[in-house]
Amino acid sequence: MSKKDSEYLINRKDNQYEVVIGLEVHAQVLSESKLFSTSATKFGAEPNTQVSLVDAAFPGMLPVINEFCVKQAIKTGIGLNAKINKRSVFDRKNYFYADLPQGYQISQFKDPIVGEGKVILDMPNGQKEVGIERLHLEQDAGKSIHDLDPQNTFVDLNRSGVALMEIVSKPDLRSPDEVNAYIKKLRSIMRYLGTCDGNMQEGSLRADVNVSVRPIGSKEFGTRCEIKNVNSIKFMQMAIEYEANRQVDLIEEGKTIDQETRLFDTKKNETRSMRSKEDAHDYRYFPDPDLLPLEVSEKFIEELKNDIPELPDDKKKRFIEEFRLSPYEANILVSDIDTAKYFEEVVAKMGKNKDIKLAVNWITGELFAVLNSKGLEISQSPVSAKNFAILINLIKNGTISGKIAKTVFELMIDGDKDPQKIVEEKGLKQQSDPKALEALIDKIINDNREKAIEYKQGKEKLFGFFVGQAMKASGGKANPQLINEILKKKL
Amino acid sequence: MSDITKQSLTQLIENIKNKKLSSTDVTKAFIDRSEKSEELNAYITNDFTSALDKAKKFDQKPNFNLKLPGIPMAVKDLFCTKNIKTTAGSKILNNFVPTYESTVTENIWNEGAILLGKLNCDEFAMGSSNETSFFGNVQSPIDKNLVPGGSSGGSASAVAGQLTPVTIGTDTGGSIRQPASFTGIVGLKPTYGSCSRYGIVAFASSLDQAGPMAQNVKDCALLHEVISSYDPKDSTSIDFKRNNYSKELTNNIKGKKIGIPKEYRVDGMPKEIEDLWQKGIQNIKDCGAETIDISLPNTSYALPTYYIVAPAEASSNLARYDGVKYGFRAKGENLIDMYEKTRSEGFGAEVQRRIMIGTYVLSSGYYDAYYLKAQKVRKLIKNDFDEAYKKVDAILTPSTPSSAFKLGEKTNDPVSMYLNDIFTVPVNLAGLPGISIPAGHDSKGYPLGLQIIGKAFDEQNILNIAYAMEEKINFKNKITDWWIK
Repeated sequence: MSKKDSEYLINRKDNQYEVVIGLEVHAQVLSESKLFSTSATKFGAEPNTQVSLVDAAFPGMLPVINEFCVKQAIKTGIGLNAKINKRSVFDRKNYFYADLPQGYQISQFKDPIVGEGKVILDMPNGQKEVGIERLHLEQDAGKSIHDLDPQNTFVDLNRSGVALMEIVSKPDLRSPDEVNAYIKKLRSIMRYLGTCDGNMQEGSLRADVNVSVRPIGSKEFGTRCEIKNVNSIKFMQMAIEYEANRQVDLIEEGKTIDQETRLFDTKKNETRSMRSKEDAHDYRYFPDPDLLPLEVSEKFIEELKNDIPELPDDKKKRFIEEFRLSPYEANILVSDIDTAKYFEEVVAKMGKNKDIKLAVNWITGELFAVLNSKGLEISQSPVSAKNFAILINLIKNGTISGKIAKTVFELMIDGDKDPQKIVEEKGLKQQSDPKALEALIDKIINDNREKAIEYKQGKEKLFGFFVGQAMKASGGKANPQLINEILKKKL
Repeated sequence: MSDITKQSLTQLIENIKNKKLSSTDVTKAFIDRSEKSEELNAYITNDFTSALDKAKKFDQKPNFNLKLPGIPMAVKDLFCTKNIKTTAGSKILNNFVPTYESTVTENIWNEGAILLGKLNCDEFAMGSSNETSFFGNVQSPIDKNLVPGGSSGGSASAVAGQLTPVTIGTDTGGSIRQPASFTGIVGLKPTYGSCSRYGIVAFASSLDQAGPMAQNVKDCALLHEVISSYDPKDSTSIDFKRNNYSKELTNNIKGKKIGIPKEYRVDGMPKEIEDLWQKGIQNIKDCGAETIDISLPNTSYALPTYYIVAPAEASSNLARYDGVKYGFRAKGENLIDMYEKTRSEGFGAEVQRRIMIGTYVLSSGYYDAYYLKAQKVRKLIKNDFDEAYKKVDAILTPSTPSSAFKLGEKTNDPVSMYLNDIFTVPVNLAGLPGISIPAGHDSKGYPLGLQIIGKAFDEQNILNIAYAMEEKINFKNKITDWWIK
């Protein structure tokens, strides 16, 4: 395998292969109730406590579309720069399984609610556009639990009927890194929109990964395999690496690749065949006669458009222009909505005379380090944006030095204390009174006459000694810049 | 007491309101007659004890402002009734007791009616003779070993046999109108979207409609006005202004234009059906209406279209009966084995046949040729009616191509059984209202019906035409009580 820039190629003897990846991401719609029933959707509830007669497919029960979920899907479509279809159709996807009470999943097949769109990825060597094929709404199935009893399978229908958005990308991705960036970007957009919490541990975001390989330069796609239901970015990347190499090996051996559905075994780090194309289900899709075609007006869409917050791409652009941030810094701040919120709140609280660069450095440095070590999200930050802003201002206006600020920050963490008060209580205020500092330095020079002479004779290294003495004498509170200036003058 | 059960719904209501009869009197009378009528096999489940309790309660605190004050009523066993077993005529639901009530039955109880029991029907409403029921065939009150029609066979038998004053059935391809025609009663299939499908065991969702079955047009109109309502729980329910159909009922149909579609004159149709139709045409003219020959050119495609669309939807609708959540479950070695045994043992032959047809027409490679094509033809059939209604206000046809047949006569010939629905299925495919009224007897003395098809949401108009014709026809049902010992 070789990587030049971000190009991801698989090398064998004289041949180089390109990997082609397309994703079908299943994102759970952030909604209090299910797609076609009023049952709750809370994660982690007791089994079968969030199940209505509709979810359990009792005789004569009928689905009624949840308007909120429709709005969420359209908003997501807008966030993906996609075409919103004013008319979409719910179809039945028929198959039997114990955790599929209706014997069919209500999904959208021919006429999805959202059509083609695109997302932009920021890759190390520049931007990359990934096409979106479509987004459609569908029901989630329940959960079969096989390991609680040796004889029986238990079924939990809490998830049954929960709204999912299936977001299908075009086969535009070329490397595990791009997949990583793509998933993160989707998640970022949906979290900005509040349409999906993106929580992969809770299964709110999972993906089917389509992988094929082709000799570099080839225009035609190779035969693809679909790796089902992968629920972490790391596993997606591992699965792609394994699968791409498996396919290349087959080609190199002169064998053909069978179009099939495969599973990723996270323990063995390999994919294995689940079912071949011949065994593929015939889902017998047809329009659900219990539901009329879903029609939305231009006005309905426009109103939702007006409701769309500033999204990561626009925010990034604004941060670069307005705050003179580097694209790299802006990216870090916008990728997670809560980070962006925190940053903007800090900026707002810093008032007029603010040092944004300093704030950014402190957020991405000290704050991130603390969050990391404590395993917290920025939304759970132990230091509020307000107090954080005060701290930055204290550095900026010279009240405390950067070094002292670190001490203050340590103290702030416990109970979100006001840094101003800490500085006052602990007497940490920086000494910036030139007269006081001059007196202090005079005394030091006096006490170290010999060293002062040595310095004057050319032993410039001793300058550091005097700075150290001055800082020590001030208990670390002396303004280092002033100390420098005064020493230069006096020595 | 036997007099009570001969009374029409309208008379019973009047007598209860006038306190000439109590709800208890009426309920008792119908229970007594129902108990003597076991040979008809019209009931799958009875709720007589609790019906009497309810009647007594009503009499203690009567509310005469209700539309069905203390009226006992049995309903087709396709309507889910809270805490009362609901089987859909199938073994697979033999032990199923819903915790909920269908919207149409809810509407009925809310107007003061009292549930007598659940009436036999073809399994999952699939059949035209009530012979596919897991609970055995239903006898027609017209004659021994005669089918009452289907799928609402128990309902038709119960109304004609006076086991219930009126009832409700469901009609997917003729399941109200054909049995009504076979048993000499009135049956209305409302416009699709007029009555909620919530809580009705689904057969074919895009065709199913609940509707009233009664001794006469006025009773039918009254029951329709009770059951028809907009229901947000059914996404296909339509919010339109509903009439007080019984109050606004009139026999004045002067100047109405009635279409006579030539395509309904099918090959091999008995002469007595043709004669009945002609008499109906004369009759309608006598009422002051005008008849106009029209064409519904795609009529001959209706039956094949129906037998693609309905099984397709049914194959999917019935997937939920898998032994996992409720209903019958057969033991199996594993999940697939359990499915196969449950569904093989739980469903009868006709249901299995339709599931297979439906599965086939939806399969990849056949979908376009069958299901998609059928949907296109369905549109053409609807267009035919739309065209016709530019010229006429309603359409008059026979209800069925023949009178009732003997038990077992067609059970081995599904296609000839399906042909029963030839005049009724186009109405379901087009989503229109249709009413069958008794219009005469054949040479054997069996009832024959005429069908009036209306524009969408124009139930009032076809009820009025039926009302006017009923007066002129003056049909008398020949009920000999042959089954009562």
